[in-house]
Amino acid sequence: MALEITEVCVGCYACEPLCPNEAISAGNPVFTIDPNKCTECLGDYDKPQCAEICPIEAAIVDEIGDPLNPLGSLTGIPLHLIEEYNTTGTVVRS
Amino acid sequence: MELPVISNSAPEASGGGCSSSGCGTAPDALGHLPDHIRSKVQDHPCYSEEAHHYFARMHVAVAPACNIQCNYCNRKYDCSNESRPGVVSEVMSPEQAVKKTLAVAAAIPQMTVLGIAGPGDPLANPERTFETFRRLSEEAPDIKLCVSTNGLSLPQSVDELAKHNIDHVTITINTVDPEIGAKIYPWIFWENKRIFGVEGAKILIEQQQKGLEMLTSRGILVKVNSVMIPGVNDEHLKEVSKIVKAKGAFLHNVMPLIAEAEHGTYYGIMGQREPTPLELEALQDSCSGDMSMMRHCRQCRADAVGLLGEDRGEEFTLDKIDEMEVDYATAMVERAKVHQAITSELEMKRALKAAPKFEAEAADKPATRPIRIAIASKGGGVINEHFGHAHEFLVYEVDSAGHRFLGHRKCTAYCMGDESCGDGETVLGQIIKSLEGVEVLLASKIGFEPWADLEKAGIQPNGEHAMEPIEEAIRAVYDELAAAGKLDQPAAAKAAA
Ligand code: SF4
Ligand code: SF4
Repeated sequence: MALEITEVCVGCYACEPLCPNEAISAGNPVFTIDPNKCTECLGDYDKPQCAEICPIEAAIVDEIGDPLNPLGSLTGIPLHLIEEYNTTGTVVRS
Repeated sequence: MELPVISNSAPEASGGGCSSSGCGTAPDALGHLPDHIRSKVQDHPCYSEEAHHYFARMHVAVAPACNIQCNYCNRKYDCSNESRPGVVSEVMSPEQAVKKTLAVAAAIPQMTVLGIAGPGDPLANPERTFETFRRLSEEAPDIKLCVSTNGLSLPQSVDELAKHNIDHVTITINTVDPEIGAKIYPWIFWENKRIFGVEGAKILIEQQQKGLEMLTSRGILVKVNSVMIPGVNDEHLKEVSKIVKAKGAFLHNVMPLIAEAEHGTYYGIMGQREPTPLELEALQDSCSGDMSMMRHCRQCRADAVGLLGEDRGEEFTLDKIDEMEVDYATAMVERAKVHQAITSELEMKRALKAAPKFEAEAADKPATRPIRIAIASKGGGVINEHFGHAHEFLVYEVDSAGHRFLGHRKCTAYCMGDESCGDGETVLGQIIKSLEGVEVLLASKIGFEPWADLEKAGIQPNGEHAMEPIEEAIRAVYDELAAAGKLDQPAAAKAAA
């Protein structure tokens, strides 16, 4: 069992020092988790530390690819507006 | 409107830089500070309008991680508390940051202040931030250090901060009420957990207040930044101002929310409105009381380097620094000479200002109303910028007795160059909107077309005072209008006309 970092990671370094197993390594721009070291923090913390601090929705996923912080869960922005922003780079208000 | 600056290279960012004139406070705004604090800040480029023309500051981006989320921030970019939204700085290692600082300080002896403000929260990156401070305190004792924080990790960092050559700490405090806090901060990371809403905001507020008290009780200067968010914390900031002042903060800097949909922030996307310039001025006025308000802060980008209007960032990119050999011991001798010369010049200027002036029968003058005058200036305290090239206007309130600086209104330059005036039409409309409340505009030159539109909008353009010192020009303009009887009626009647 291990978590994974996706391409939306912004390389902010927040997760890296928190990992109890030193499983996270810096990369530019995307950080990576060593699947052989990651324990999903079991035995160390209640919640996986990287996913607890990561500010970017969908940057950290579990083994089947489900994001620990799904779209909208951290910012509270409604999904249709996230979608509009991601495709057009802005949101047009009427 | 400020264009979003999304880039890893510094050059095109100069417009957002604090390196243009006036990131500091007008000299009179420092007047009522206690002596020991005033002497500390009067030569500081970010606090003293005067010093800004002589000394420079730089930031290094060594602190990428953050431990809270703000609704005006998008973590794809730098922290919006300290940098303008939509800016990305290249993250450096402490090693690189120290080398860059020494290289800049040797090349630009006027550089006296080094700040760490991001791109995340410096105290959420304690090893990187303190390693940088530790080494600079040792290797460059003539550089003052400053740091900005959201406050969450502040109490646990105070001991370490006190060990270094720290000039002051800036805390961003947007509220003291957890209910309001929950509308600004969706979550914080605290004791190994993400904590949402009111509960998270409550912890953040407690830590900020505790950190503020701990710092001031140790005699470390604290400046408080607040972001004015209409309908969320605008009224409440008056209370915040009283509280932080009572706890010993020496300066309160109320900044306007920047919320554009393109930045992808919660507020930007949800259409949270930004304050108008007049709303900001009114709030700064009512917060001020006898507390120093900072009106010049330009929310500058985190990695600008240089003095007045220049951004020399491209001379100090990481690969160029790698190749530089810096002999700091020699540089420090040179720097001391330059600083000494500047300090004596500033002292002479202050002495001249303090000299009593002859006040011509002020008492006999009929009461005339105060007006706002906008100035196009490149710096140096003179009217030396074309209307079409101005990226901002300095706004002063002038009345029969004197004047005070209200702040600057940022804009996109009407005419970016002689040939690129294509979009001039709408840009002019925006500039006029940003000049709300202003009745006279002084520039070194104003084109025919904007002239007519400004007049139509009730703003009298005036190019007669080109190259004159701002203070003399606004006095002359005011006295002329007053003598012509144009300032007798209340402003409201004029606006309605
Ligand atoms: S889940 Fe825990 S162990 Fe795995 S990478 Fe994240 S912090 Fe490290
Ligand atoms: S906290 Fe998230 S965004 Fe930041 S480096 Fe780690 S995975 Fe990437």
